[in-house]
Amino acid sequence: MNVDVNLTPDSIVFWQWGFVKLNATIVFTWAVMLILVIVSILITRNLSTGQRISRWQNMLETIVSAIRKQIADMTQQKPDQYIAFLGTLFLFISVSNLLAVVPYFESPAGSLSTTAALAACVFFAVPIFGILKQGLPGYLKQYIEPSPLMLPFNIIGEFSRTLALAVRLFGNVMSGSLIIGVLLALAPLFVPVILQVLELLIGQIQAYIFAALATIYIASATRARQQKEEKIRQRGES
Amino acid sequence: MDSVSLIGMVSVIVSGLTIAIGSVGPAFGEAMALSRALTSIAQQPDESGTISRTLFIGLAMIESTAIYCFVVAIILIFVNPFWSQVAG
Repeated sequence: MNVDVNLTPDSIVFWQWGFVKLNATIVFTWAVMLILVIVSILITRNLSTGQRISRWQNMLETIVSAIRKQIADMTQQKPDQYIAFLGTLFLFISVSNLLAVVPYFESPAGSLSTTAALAACVFFAVPIFGILKQGLPGYLKQYIEPSPLMLPFNIIGEFSRTLALAVRLFGNVMSGSLIIGVLLALAPLFVPVILQVLELLIGQIQAYIFAALATIYIASATRARQQKEEKIRQRGES
Repeated sequence: MDSVSLIGMVSVIVSGLTIAIGSVGPAFGEAMALSRALTSIAQQPDESGTISRTLFIGLAMIESTAIYCFVVAIILIFVNPFWSQVAG
């Protein structure tokens, strides 16, 4: 019994010139990006505000308004400033996990490089949003709250949660394709199909969780001051 | 017993132990979180949206320890650094 194991799509190389490699991760990332961009352009080219809207516009409106509602619920702020970043994260991971049903397509989220890049985006986006919202001193002040003793732990937490984001998505997607690969060698007729359906569900949940965790990190970096202002306002009213 | 087979044996045994022990803890934790969430949804059905969202995120956090164990087991079996050092 020979199990052909492909741990990551990084190892499938399509084209190589010197040290420049064009592996499956890059190609499929580009494919997902192209699909997202072209579909969005095609749909938004002729939007209508009338009674009759096309079914594609209906789909896009449903997705966008659901994302907006989730962000507004989680951050308790207006979602417009965050939807560009968080919505893109969710849609990218979600589409790349959905396309796993297409033959020969390997989800780019099954490569640690992709997930590490996405987690690095979150890592840098959190201070950017925090500083934009609260100013530099207000953002840095969070690190010494509730007491300056917590400074090292807050800094370690910043890095460890980035690592956790990357490894969580990678582990889930990679384990799915690995289990399907093992089952193809053990019971190749119907069992892998069931596992593939389960893997679709897990991919969507992981996409949601990645975006939700990024939302919570950004919310916690931007919300502290707002709550204080609300408390002061409530005290003034009562 | 030469060192190659020793490394192989230890890697396989330890990766099995890793996934076995590492999945028990998160399983208990997730079960507790899930049962609490079900209780609170039964008590307050209006808040089920918030509760289930928080539950999902919490489950993901708990589950990440199991995922770490899984990744370590995979590394030990498929891309073992000690193995590749000995086997060349």
